[in-house]
Amino acid sequence: MIISIASGKGGTGKTTVATNLAVSVDGPVQLLDCDVEEPNAHLFIRPSIRETKTVTTPVPEIDLEKCNQCKKCAEICRFRAIAVLGDTVLTFPELCHSCGGCMAVCPEGAITEKGRELGVLEAGAMNGVSFVHGRLRVGEAMSPPLIRAVRDRTWADGLTLIDAPPGTSCPVIAAMKDTDFVLLVTEPTPFGLHDLQLAVEAVKILDIPMGLMINRADVGDDHVRDYARAEGLPILMEIPFDRQIAESYSRGDMFALAFPEWKARFREMIEKIETMTGKGAGAQ
Amino acid sequence: MKELVILSGKGGTGKTSLTAAFATLASGCLLCDADVDAADLHLLMQPVIRKRTEFQGGGVAVIDPQRCTSCGTCVDLCRWSAIGPDVVVDEIACEGCGVCVDFCPEQAIDFPIKTCGQWFISDTRCGPMVHARLGIAEENSGKLVTLVRQQARQLAEERGLDLILTDGPPGVGCPVIASVGGATSVVIVTEPTVSGIHDMARAIELCRHFKVPVMVCINKFDLNPDNSTTIERMAREGGLPVVGRVPFDQAFTRAMVQGKTLLEFDGNGSAASVLRQVWAAIMNTPAMTAGQQTAA
Ligand code: SF4
Ligand code: SF4
Repeated sequence: MIISIASGKGGTGKTTVATNLAVSVDGPVQLLDCDVEEPNAHLFIRPSIRETKTVTTPVPEIDLEKCNQCKKCAEICRFRAIAVLGDTVLTFPELCHSCGGCMAVCPEGAITEKGRELGVLEAGAMNGVSFVHGRLRVGEAMSPPLIRAVRDRTWADGLTLIDAPPGTSCPVIAAMKDTDFVLLVTEPTPFGLHDLQLAVEAVKILDIPMGLMINRADVGDDHVRDYARAEGLPILMEIPFDRQIAESYSRGDMFALAFPEWKARFREMIEKIETMTGKGAGAQ
Repeated sequence: MKELVILSGKGGTGKTSLTAAFATLASGCLLCDADVDAADLHLLMQPVIRKRTEFQGGGVAVIDPQRCTSCGTCVDLCRWSAIGPDVVVDEIACEGCGVCVDFCPEQAIDFPIKTCGQWFISDTRCGPMVHARLGIAEENSGKLVTLVRQQARQLAEERGLDLILTDGPPGVGCPVIASVGGATSVVIVTEPTVSGIHDMARAIELCRHFKVPVMVCINKFDLNPDNSTTIERMAREGGLPVVGRVPFDQAFTRAMVQGKTLLEFDGNGSAASVLRQVWAAIMNTPAMTAGQQTAA
């Protein structure tokens, strides 16, 4: 079973939930941190990294010996990543979406592909949690291919938890697509509610079952609960604002390890999700 | 004209609450919300929309079943597996590259341009505001951010305002890159948590990459004084001014619930007086005072 942990708004406690869930379950579990712009889960899990791999995306390379300046490549490129100027061909790799159109269209076979570095994928483990994350190179705009590279490490069976990026645009879609359940982490404030509504719309488009986790449940107002009721969204767990929890988070500690009663509650939540999806941790 | 961009790296550090509070303090500025994906500034500023414009993104492949002979050319060419074996396009997976359109031997694929959001020119009690809404599950957030910032500049010029206050998106990816280029200065609002520190470091690196001056503001600094000291040390080592230490205060949430900025909610409270100092410190940094004589 693959559970995505997401939230429209950043900073609601998505990583807190993903990491605490990972250390609460019995049996094998995998945590994929797909928030590649700001990967934070490793600060809590503190895995020993056993593998580091550069992730690239293919971009065109032109053999000017073969090129006859027909401009077909520039015409097909919808992202203006390739231009023919005089007797040379210019490429703008950061604009390229790696569609392969220029290579397929070139009648002279003048275009091949080379990898452009997007970031790194790191994999490791700690205390029975298998861990993978992507780290986008700072200055790089193209995150979805790196997110997909992390997603490609999903186990064939067993429990996979995905820490998704915030928002509702292409990076979060790449992280949540084809997962079995989305756990939306929110807080009961106007910002929390507004961004939750956007996230719910995104999950509906992907047609994935979902449930809510309300963090800092005792601050703010009741509108998130009213909204959940109106939408028929189950509230699977609530965590009150607790300075002890906030401080443990600030240090990079997981409170489920310090307080066994929380560990039990995270485990209960997984069981609820298994019942809702009809999938055990082992099923896919 | 100066543009101050508020970033955080990590979400939830209080960036938008601080931006709104600064808007109350700046006498006459233009507000720009560059967080087009999960914009929240409007919840505090309640903009009255004066002009609404559609944002055209890229195209999306649409196959005409009448003309399609199921030859499978497009299925093989599509690198996003957006065209299934039944030759139906998955709009969410479609990247908009149009390669299938050009290669379809039957010319059965249309490529209509999608409207993938809207942008607005509005009025608020703190001045005009330019903001936008990217459609759910859409791409091109960077393009929309660039557009919103261009429009903000144009409007500020028309109205004779010399400060643009921009609420930036979280992260360091495409929309953030579009938010920082050409800005006068960036304030990074961070918090003293391991995540806050980690993400601040990446946001600073990004600003360096684009050669934009950076200052740091520590929010909820009393949550973990040791980490706050670490942030200050990092700023010092990087030669970056620390413009403020804002204590953790539930008043921010209470103000948000009422749709007010902190200064409107409780202008005499301790948090308000701290924010006044922070704003004064920001406006006194070399980046923000540079060229002031010539401008005046
Ligand atoms: S691979 Fe696609 S996006 Fe990249 S340059 Fe070629 S046609 Fe353009
Ligand atoms: S399509 Fe091939 S031959 Fe034509 S201009 Fe491009 S690289 Fe040169």
